[in-house]
Amino acid sequence: MTQFLSLLLNGVSLGAIYALIALGFVIIFKASEVVSFTQGSLLLLGAYTMARLSGPIGFLPAVLVGILVTALAAFLIERLVINRLRGAPVISLAIVTIGVDIILLTELIRRIGPDILNVPHPWGGESVRIGGVGISQNRLIAMVVAGLLIVVFFVLFKYSSWGVAMRASAEDGETAALMGIRQGRVSAVAWIVAGALAAVAALFLVGAPTPGVSAAAYTVALRAFPAAILGGLDSTGGALVGGLLIGLAESFAAGYQEHLLFLGRGFGEVVPYVVMIAVLLVRPSGLFGTKELTRV
Amino acid sequence: MLSIDALQVTYGGAVQAVRGISMEVPDDAVVAVLGSNGAGKTTLLRTISGTLRLHRGRVDAGTVCFDGEDVTGRDPGQIVRRGVVQVPEGRRIFGRLTVEENLRAGGMGNRDRAAKAAAHARVHDLFPVLAERSSQRAGLLSGGEQQMLAIGRALMASPRLLLLDEPSLGLAPRVIGQIGEVVAEINRQGTSVLLVEQNATMALGVADLAYVLDVGRVSLSGAARELAATDEVQRLYLGSDSGAASPAPRERGGRAPRRTLSRWTA
Repeated sequence: MTQFLSLLLNGVSLGAIYALIALGFVIIFKASEVVSFTQGSLLLLGAYTMARLSGPIGFLPAVLVGILVTALAAFLIERLVINRLRGAPVISLAIVTIGVDIILLTELIRRIGPDILNVPHPWGGESVRIGGVGISQNRLIAMVVAGLLIVVFFVLFKYSSWGVAMRASAEDGETAALMGIRQGRVSAVAWIVAGALAAVAALFLVGAPTPGVSAAAYTVALRAFPAAILGGLDSTGGALVGGLLIGLAESFAAGYQEHLLFLGRGFGEVVPYVVMIAVLLVRPSGLFGTKELTRV
Repeated sequence: MLSIDALQVTYGGAVQAVRGISMEVPDDAVVAVLGSNGAGKTTLLRTISGTLRLHRGRVDAGTVCFDGEDVTGRDPGQIVRRGVVQVPEGRRIFGRLTVEENLRAGGMGNRDRAAKAAAHARVHDLFPVLAERSSQRAGLLSGGEQQMLAIGRALMASPRLLLLDEPSLGLAPRVIGQIGEVVAEINRQGTSVLLVEQNATMALGVADLAYVLDVGRVSLSGAARELAATDEVQRLYLGSDSGAASPAPRERGGRAPRRTLSRWTA
């Protein structure tokens, strides 16, 4: 039972981090109709910036700069590439983002080189016990911070002018333009928010129990894609549920590995994709996705 | 107020939709634009609102001037901020947003807080049903209510000139009558209206001036009352007895004129 609760808690925490990345993915799709594969390298950019700057300027300033740099990078990708290709087929845009992602990723890996970079979290790598259930401090803080950010995000999405403009624009871009809503601005803001969310996810993904900043952090980020897809590509609520589902599935699959040995070692790493395929087979547009995603 | 001069518009560099239209909307007037499908009515409104580019359309010649300023080719946001707001054809309300959120979206281009509050009060005053249903999803409203929401949403930008694209489309005769009254009331409160319609009875009933478009050109224009009395408008748009009894004669390059929607008003 203790193990179950521990895996549950860790799964929720991991899922909350995935949800942050998946939310970025979903709002980019809603705002600019681009399936963006840049989230992985943006996340690594955030982690890299935080790790490199923590020494010279201290942990907290490094985190803030890391978030700003990542948001700025996302903004530049939108302005310099995506915005100029408006009207291009959705598939071309998706491939373009893969290209941007590979360029950014290659440069970051070159810069990281053989170094083992660490983000020196002041909360270290220790674990805490809550009523006998163990969780790393990093994951506990991640859960609280991600939870707060998700609440703030949904409140803004529901009540702020940005949120209303964003949802109106996602539903019918031309009519939103007739109201004076600037689609370019809505799209740029979505990319900035997605970049910032990826950077926050990065801060926690490179802490305990994951070792340091490496290309492995990138593959971890990729698991947020199935989270976004299975929740429904155009549903922010779906991104949250999808993130949690993937986090829990991964945590349980890894925790009960010895019972799943017939599937081979490391089943936990592929379980996000297995869950995604299983969900999509039953509901092709995801748990909360709109049936018709294609607009003319 | 609005002045269009020798406007020519093509789509995709090939299809000419507007072939030299000139028209005037005087201050505080209601101007009706009649014409069948393909006459260039919607293209005209897209050109004024600046959404032509979204449809691969281009102005080849001519100008659109608002208050003496050339606004041809400006982006939609700039047009809205100058006070020209369109209610698009088919209402195009944001069905997944609530009624209140639709109104908020309509006020996005309106920077002036006081003006926005006044516009909101005016909309609730004109359409009490929108106040009653403010937290309901807009997609659940009836067709007539959706049209009222679409008009209310546009009024949130405090327009000086309101462009209406076929507000009667798909509505019951009783509701069409209400829309006509609303247009007259909006105009009485000081907003000019450019009303594009296939329903000539309603349009000519509220308009001061009217233009009839035919394949991208103005074929008739004048005071709405006088126009309603002409044979051509009677036959094509108001469905006189002779037109109903025998097939309309072919004319103008072999195109068979449609008896547009006249049965809805009968």
